[in-house]
Amino acid sequence: MEAKIDKAPPKAPEPPSRRPDYSGLIMTSLCRGATFLVGGVLVLLLFHIARHGAGVVSWDFLTKAPVEGMTAGGIFPAIFGTLAITILMIVLALPLGAFAGIYLVEYAGGGLLARLIRAAVNNLAGVPSIVFGLFGVGFFVLFVGRNIDRGLGPAGRSAIEQALGTGGGAAETGILFGQPIMLWAAATLACLVLPIIIVTTEEALSAVPQSHRDASLALGATRWQTVRDVVLPQARAGILTGAILSVSRGAGETAPILFTGCAYFLPRLPVAELFGVIPMVNPLDQFMELSYHIFILATQSTDSQATLPLQYGTTLVLVALTFMLNLTGILLRFVFRRRLARLS
Amino acid sequence: MKIDVPGKVEGARIGVVAPLGMAAPRASARPAPAASGADLRLRGGRRLRERAIELFLLANGSAAVLIIGLIFVFLFKEGLAAFRDIQPIQFIGGQENTPTYDPELDTFTETRQFALVWQPVSDSPKYSLLPLLNGSLLVALPATLISTVIGLLVGIYLAELARARVRELAKPAIELLAGIPTVIIGFIMLTVVASLVQSITHSHFRLNAFVGALGVSLVIIPVVASLTEDALRAVPEPLRLASYGLGATRWQTVSRVVVPAAVSGITAAGILGFGRALGETMIVLMATGNAALITGNILSSVRTMTATIAAELGAVARGSEQYHALFFVGATLFTITFMFNLTAEVIVARMRRRLRM
Amino acid sequence: MRSKSLLVLVFLGFLACGGAADAKNITVKGSDTMVLLAQRWAEKYMEKHSDASIQVTGGGSGTGIAALLNGTTDIATSSRPIKAAEMKTAREGGINTFETKVAMDALSVVVHKDNPVNELTMNQVKAIYTGAINSWKDLGGPPKAIVRYSRESNSGTYVFFKEHVLGNQDYAPDCQNMPGTAAVATAVAKDPAAIGFGGVAYFLSQPDVKILKIKKERDSPAITPVAADGKSLNFEVVYSGEYPIARDLFCYTTGKPAGQVGAFLSWIVGPEGQAIADELGYIPLAKGQAAVK
Repeated sequence: MEAKIDKAPPKAPEPPSRRPDYSGLIMTSLCRGATFLVGGVLVLLLFHIARHGAGVVSWDFLTKAPVEGMTAGGIFPAIFGTLAITILMIVLALPLGAFAGIYLVEYAGGGLLARLIRAAVNNLAGVPSIVFGLFGVGFFVLFVGRNIDRGLGPAGRSAIEQALGTGGGAAETGILFGQPIMLWAAATLACLVLPIIIVTTEEALSAVPQSHRDASLALGATRWQTVRDVVLPQARAGILTGAILSVSRGAGETAPILFTGCAYFLPRLPVAELFGVIPMVNPLDQFMELSYHIFILATQSTDSQATLPLQYGTTLVLVALTFMLNLTGILLRFVFRRRLARLS
Repeated sequence: MKIDVPGKVEGARIGVVAPLGMAAPRASARPAPAASGADLRLRGGRRLRERAIELFLLANGSAAVLIIGLIFVFLFKEGLAAFRDIQPIQFIGGQENTPTYDPELDTFTETRQFALVWQPVSDSPKYSLLPLLNGSLLVALPATLISTVIGLLVGIYLAELARARVRELAKPAIELLAGIPTVIIGFIMLTVVASLVQSITHSHFRLNAFVGALGVSLVIIPVVASLTEDALRAVPEPLRLASYGLGATRWQTVSRVVVPAAVSGITAAGILGFGRALGETMIVLMATGNAALITGNILSSVRTMTATIAAELGAVARGSEQYHALFFVGATLFTITFMFNLTAEVIVARMRRRLRM
Repeated sequence: MRSKSLLVLVFLGFLACGGAADAKNITVKGSDTMVLLAQRWAEKYMEKHSDASIQVTGGGSGTGIAALLNGTTDIATSSRPIKAAEMKTAREGGINTFETKVAMDALSVVVHKDNPVNELTMNQVKAIYTGAINSWKDLGGPPKAIVRYSRESNSGTYVFFKEHVLGNQDYAPDCQNMPGTAAVATAVAKDPAAIGFGGVAYFLSQPDVKILKIKKERDSPAITPVAADGKSLNFEVVYSGEYPIARDLFCYTTGKPAGQVGAFLSWIVGPEGQAIADELGYIPLAKGQAAVK
């Protein structure tokens, strides 16, 4: 028998004329108290941030760049950078994770390989974020990046720079990919959120009833056709939920991007024009980011008192961003589960 | 009687999804894939295409295995390279010159002794890991203690005691707490909570392990609460009903029947929470004072392994001694958290087997 | 799918507000002591020369020099001279570092404003920071344990202080390692038993910290880098060496600076750049020092 998700626990039948269960009442109140304590802390936290940050956030704050040594101006480059890095991260992680989830659910069953992959996913989920940062530096920046540079040679490097229109001196310095850039920061973050996407894809796919698959196969469809045309459309919402939740996670992580591409003050946005025509985000450039900005402002800014309003403002923006994403994910998941419960 | 346990509590994958509030995919609900590959209905080209697609998906599936493998390889490759320049004993301690000052004569005298110190930027660099381990434990243990107690209470409340309407509000709220970026929690700890704590405890150091532990528990409580809730809900309904049938009250049922039945899952939750606490970086970097001391005093500043890497990695030249030492610290940290994750998975696997009597 | 094309349009529109990338980007990385200065220099320089594009990051002098050696920055700002070991690593990598002195800085030792101690000798500061003196009582203050605030090991301030004040002894292990001088300023302002050090520019604007006078020997006069008005700096005591803990601030490049980088550095050591240094609480180069070495 399965405990359904939304069912309330059964009420204990009241036996007649019995003295009240004092210890039970005390413990229940303790449990309730603990829950409301945690909820209360959350509310207090948000209230504090909102109170100090609300006065700072304005249209100017959101659309202008920081000036006067970060004591005035806005945080637009950080917002832009955050959106750019999370989009790049999702582009890298979503196909990889979704296909992995499809493999685990639709093709692999319970064999040794599947168990190995699941064990790997579980362990990946438990890796500390700074270890991802180390991995990003040691593997992506210094190993992959340097080897790409060596493989490209001066000609290849200038060709890419011409294509992007960034006229930098990579041909002489010999370093284009082998330095902290947005591409590697996104790759590092993608490794971090991969478990989230794989597991949510798995859940989304598992929730599709087996009968749908059987019916499709009975009608003569191949396994891939079944997956593509019958299962995936129903699982799309669940996979999207996973994507949204991982974007929220990626936007909030700081440790993995500390050394793989973040900068404190950039004079212009990390954009380029492909062949001089198509505007695109330049993944070979550094970027500013909201959580990194908060970290630097709080610990290394030149005058903590003067930048305190900016710190709260940036915090408010980041919290609002992650909250909206999280809330959207939770709501979507709720709707998605309701819909599936009705189906099966 | 065969009690069928829905495989909801499925190993440490809950560590992934529980903070997202989702149950892990249920084993019993997992669709059985059709007979692999040899789909005899298909002919030639089609069969090749299906096979190619399956291999492509397999390649994607192996990505996670590949990444974990690469992390292992690179961390240890760079970390073990430290032993080229640093002797193993130096990771325990080294010779240190401790000066004593004579105010009358205005002179310094030095005594040389074996000390457990981490000071890599020095004429005689010292790489003792012990202060860093001490720091990580001094933050992680209290944080896990606080979070396990509160998380357990919250999990029990959400799973067993709350009315449905309250649950629907409380559960997302706890999840939202898990979603707050750790840098923001670190920021609040640094600016507001540290002063508050100092005014209450009159501690010597404003930024200390206790402030760090408070911040870390904020992050871990949702994890432990979700995992506990999942573990409790996986306990089969018949057990509860039998308890009520015997005349127990609700709390007696919860405390003497349900919780003991879920104790493995709850233990796993605690272990996973501890692993997560060890790996926390931003909060401890901002709130613990970063002094590499060996101490048992929770109101003292400490330096955790994670904060050391985060603070020093930016300044090292690739291939230098300190660079390799930092990778060694990372490899040590990774090994420890890996062990804890593995333990949690084993416990849950055993629990599943036991409940499937 | 309609929603998909809408998403693409929004994405492109979002990119379009970025604008085109342009000429060579100059990267400046390094000293946290200098990051405010470097940023202001970059801002003003870019106002005057619209074709220049300069990006500034902190991280510590060690970070900057490491980046120069790794090839990931054009200019490394540093509040300490490059070490022999770093020059050796550079030469092995085929890089010849070039040093340009750009300003000076008075390193000050600070305590909380309510601390009765007003001056310390160099030896006393050394004793405090190596752990030989642990209580304010030994210095004529209240019987409170001293809380030492220091910098992380990647900081040029950390290294300079270690070499010139501590005589290369190790810091006491219970030093609170703060990530930036501003964090030191905030911490000392909040902690009555605290002592800290850092570039004087950060402490001039902090009302709750007291900048101590320093005596070279027990019977030397006590000198402070702050001028009589309490707001500006006394350049003379720094130039003459009377104030014992002043240091040079450097910019390191790969080879003699040329092109855009050279133009920027010449502007920095010129009158406009030096005026900015003065305005921000640093000490401009004395007349005659402003030649690029």
